[in-house]
Amino acid sequence: MELSVLLPFIVNVIVGGLILGFVYAIIALGYTMVYGVLQLINFAHSEVFITGAVVGFEVFRILQDSTMNGYLKLLIALIAAMLVSGLLNVLIERLAYRPLRGSPRLVPLITAIGVSLILQDTLRFLEGLQGRFDLTYTLPAGFGDKFCSTNSTCAPVGDFLRTIGVDVQLKDVILVVVSLVSLAVLNYVVNRTRLGKAIRAVSQDRVTAGLMGIDSNLMISATFLIGGALGGVSGVLFGLKFGTVNAYSGFDPGIIAFTAAVLGGIGSIPGAVLGGLLLGVIQNLIGVMNIFGNLLGFANLSTIDASYSKIGPFIVLVLILIFKPTGLLGKSNVEKV
Amino acid sequence: MKKTALSLSVLAAMALGTASAQTTIKIASISPLSGGQSNLGTQIRNGVQLAVNEYAPLFKKAGFNLQLVPYDDQADPATGTAAARKIASDRAILAVVGTLNSGVAIPASAALAPSNLVMISPANTANQVTDRGLANMNRIVARDDSQGPAGANFIMNNLKAKKVYVLNDKTAYGEGLAAEVEKALKAKGVTISGSEGTEEKSDFSSIVAKIKLTRPDAIYFGGIYNQIGVFIKQLRGAGIDTPVVGGDGLDSSELPVIVGKAGANNIYYTTVAAPLEALPAAKTFATSFQKTFNTPAQGFGAFGYDAAKVTLQGILDAARANGGKVPSRKQVQDTIRKGTYKGLLSGEVSFNSVGDRKAATLYVIKVKDGKADLETSLPVKPPKN
Repeated sequence: MELSVLLPFIVNVIVGGLILGFVYAIIALGYTMVYGVLQLINFAHSEVFITGAVVGFEVFRILQDSTMNGYLKLLIALIAAMLVSGLLNVLIERLAYRPLRGSPRLVPLITAIGVSLILQDTLRFLEGLQGRFDLTYTLPAGFGDKFCSTNSTCAPVGDFLRTIGVDVQLKDVILVVVSLVSLAVLNYVVNRTRLGKAIRAVSQDRVTAGLMGIDSNLMISATFLIGGALGGVSGVLFGLKFGTVNAYSGFDPGIIAFTAAVLGGIGSIPGAVLGGLLLGVIQNLIGVMNIFGNLLGFANLSTIDASYSKIGPFIVLVLILIFKPTGLLGKSNVEKV
Repeated sequence: MKKTALSLSVLAAMALGTASAQTTIKIASISPLSGGQSNLGTQIRNGVQLAVNEYAPLFKKAGFNLQLVPYDDQADPATGTAAARKIASDRAILAVVGTLNSGVAIPASAALAPSNLVMISPANTANQVTDRGLANMNRIVARDDSQGPAGANFIMNNLKAKKVYVLNDKTAYGEGLAAEVEKALKAKGVTISGSEGTEEKSDFSSIVAKIKLTRPDAIYFGGIYNQIGVFIKQLRGAGIDTPVVGGDGLDSSELPVIVGKAGANNIYYTTVAAPLEALPAAKTFATSFQKTFNTPAQGFGAFGYDAAKVTLQGILDAARANGGKVPSRKQVQDTIRKGTYKGLLSGEVSFNSVGDRKAATLYVIKVKDGKADLETSLPVKPPKN
């Protein structure tokens, strides 16, 4: 096969992986923030995330027939999902984690898994009441269009994409923009505001922060609120990208995003983003491995098809943890005596 | 319903009035009447009831009082088998029409076999249903192993594809079907540009990228509508309009909903339950079904009706051969396996030595703009004859 066909293919796979990676990155931030403050792995986060996706579905469904601008619909969906997922996360912390604070680490971990199962079935029940299982996103008109499909009016970016033969739909661009905006806002809140300073203080040393007059419970709730809201955003983006969700579809992306957080160095915000993007690309590359196997004549490679794509992220995780146990951007936790 | 009750009571009154010698002959139906599949199961029951209403006068002339006993299996093998045992203990029941699910038919027919109680299935497609070679199990629909070759033939002859990408969902159903298709395509020299399984339910981006690269003329996907629907949606989103072909797992009105109206084009699937418009004689049937049950008839209603007609004609034939007396269950079982039944909605029915329909039909449905229409029908034969 000539290079002129193969090159766009590889670019396509990488671009597709990056777009997928942004979804993972935003989910991973939810894990990493909670871990950074409480050293707790919030396994219920994948359901918080899918709750956001369900809320987004409901908003798009209700607004389906209105003539409202598509971007406004998306904004409403995002805000609603952020509110519901954020408050849900706060509620989970208040009911399931706070009473267990101070108990051995395994205990809240098990509760988290329990909460996750309860949420799955609650969502299934609520949507099942209306006779729905697979929720299909009805996107506003135009969201599925090829970015720059008309030849006449084309942004320079669109022109460029077309020349190199990459498929990007408008919704993919929206996805990346929304992710970048959420990242920028999060970065601003954590690093530039009093709230962020307080959260960072609590994450460093809860007791001392308390002595300095910081209400650590409030800050923990705030962390869960922010993490949950990010989960809501990623849920809507997930629905936007793949078109369908059900109550159980949070598990796979959730566990990969968790891997992304660990890969980047859990607790580190840039690490979560880097991890997410990396895993997205790796997953897509593993998924097309058999094509390379066929082209290059490696029989072993040609049997690695898309069904193995999700193993890729975990192999990389194991390798990185062997050689750099703190993750890519994580700092080692030095115990001071 | 009222009408049925009335005619039954009239019948009963007449029976009492004219001849006390009239014997009651019953047939049973087993299908899911409650639960998630009750829509299809009730269709079968109603179809059988319609056939019974039609045959009751004929039975009466022969001196018998005909009755239907419907059983509910809830699409559950254990419940269905329990129903079969109850049926076996009722000596007046001479034949059974059922079931919807192969998983129920297999143990239920085994439970009926010792008492030589014949079962005629309007819906079961699993190979195993008749592969066990039971003397009492017959079906009037095509088998799963004819679906793969039929799909492959359709891809070659109708779509004229030279290069096909084959996918499956890694379940026994999807993998088996895709393997049959691949085998048949390869045998005819069609290039398989890719063949893989995936359990993925949401992210098909790497598969879509590969399809874009290899440019097949058609895609075959062995699996169920909720996965394939998402796949097709993403395929069309990437600007690939290649036809997608599948098996009866795609036979659901949910499919175009998931794919979205814009992309729900150029999709084909093979199925055993014909849409009513594909059955030439079904018009009168559909009218009387609507009139009797106040709901529109669907494919499985028609097949329930056909299966019941085979059953009832078989009982009448057996009675005639038995000198006008009530035939034994074994006589009914043997008569039905050997008989030829004409004038049914789905054409002529006769069975081979294991109970498969000698010439069954598979229907190919085309989805266009979200609407499912009959594209073509393919005659298929069971492996044994």
